[in-house]
Amino acid sequence: METAPQFFRHGPGPLARLVFFALLSLLLMAIDTRFKYLPEIRQTIAVAIYPLQRLAHLPTTIFDQVSGLFVSRNLVDEIAYLRQQHLADQGQLQLLLALEAENAQLRNLLEAGQRAESKTTMAEILYIPHDPFSRKAILDKGSQAGIQPGQVVVDDVGVVGQITRVYPWLSEVTLITDKDHSVPVQLVRSGLRSMVSGTGEDGTLELRYLAANADIQDGDLLVTSGIDGIYPPGLPVALVSKIESNAAYAFARITCTPAAGVNRNRQVLILSPLPPVPERPVEPIETKPEDKKRGKVGIR
Amino acid sequence: MAFVNSSQQEVLAHVRSRFIVLSLTAALLLNLLPLQGVALLLRPDFVALVVLYWSINQPQRVGMSMAFIMGLLMDVGDASIFGQHALAYSVMAFVALLLHRRLRIFSLRKQVPQVGLLLLSAQLVMLLTGLLANANLPGWDFLLASASGALLWPLLPALVKIPQRRKPDSDAL
Repeated sequence: METAPQFFRHGPGPLARLVFFALLSLLLMAIDTRFKYLPEIRQTIAVAIYPLQRLAHLPTTIFDQVSGLFVSRNLVDEIAYLRQQHLADQGQLQLLLALEAENAQLRNLLEAGQRAESKTTMAEILYIPHDPFSRKAILDKGSQAGIQPGQVVVDDVGVVGQITRVYPWLSEVTLITDKDHSVPVQLVRSGLRSMVSGTGEDGTLELRYLAANADIQDGDLLVTSGIDGIYPPGLPVALVSKIESNAAYAFARITCTPAAGVNRNRQVLILSPLPPVPERPVEPIETKPEDKKRGKVGIR
Repeated sequence: MAFVNSSQQEVLAHVRSRFIVLSLTAALLLNLLPLQGVALLLRPDFVALVVLYWSINQPQRVGMSMAFIMGLLMDVGDASIFGQHALAYSVMAFVALLLHRRLRIFSLRKQVPQVGLLLLSAQLVMLLTGLLANANLPGWDFLLASASGALLWPLLPALVKIPQRRKPDSDAL
């Protein structure tokens, strides 16, 4: 297809350029998805567009500050409410401290490992990318604030997601509703352990591969089980909202609603990483066949 | 070169590169605005729109290379697969480059459906790459961004052409 007279053209023709750019971007995509080997280029671009990301957030910040000037009448009510809440929370906290001490003592007696304490960093959601293929959010804290990939993000109600990519001043959190994201959970009522996976749609999670006769009901609360060494145990994740068990299938279709969400509030907490899980014990190398068998059974 | 300029319907001042870069930066800024819910669904891809505008009206200046670079920036900004936007914008710029003479014959309003199709081509490329990367098929509202972008098209040249028209006047005086 001729687009311009020959003497106006400089360089290769449009089709050649298209092929070049298409191959280049396909190559980049392949490297990015299969080998995860492009952090430097991404980091450079991220630093370059960081001022724009901040600037885009500026109207929100200004709006917050300006509207803060006008809500002073509600402040009295709010302070009264918060005082009451604080008092109630204090009471709960006293109880919690006592329980914590008791728990530590009991764990000592049982010689069980101590529960890890986690510190938190507060961060604000800068924006939610308009990408229909993944569920992510951009936070305003990055590696300069000590954020690392793998840290867990929560809000005041439950788990929001996990940090998957870190830039100097920003980080990307993959929400639990992302299709490729799973959280190990436990049913509070029955203690059943499973994995809850995102579906790629907002506000829907899925419990896969649970037997049709599993002990599960509508409204059951799922909390993190903590056996993965990434999510601290006991954080609310989702509520079971719909159970379809069909005798034709081996597994029930269980839909859940996430407890937390990025649409409700803009502030989230980033939990510090848990201490590393102890190494798996090394399988003893035995020469006798019967000993080898026994050793394997002992470990698994 | 003078022949090319005089053959155009409207004599425009030489577009400064600085201005092209500025408009692309502004589009990127608009794409990064913190929106939620319906506003996020309806938000057109401003970068695609501005890249399209320049590759139709200034094909010698803004072409596939610029589209590719803007795509890489959007990939990082949108946290998508590295190269997804880049491929989509390059394909869109290529089609725009093929059709730019034909498109310029039409009035702005008649350009709307064609621009809608061009924006759609970019979204379809994104859809294909997304599906290849194992994503779910998004809902039909994914395509609303193309429609809103096409509807914005008649307003865009008015904004972009303001600094270009002023220049010949100041030269005449």
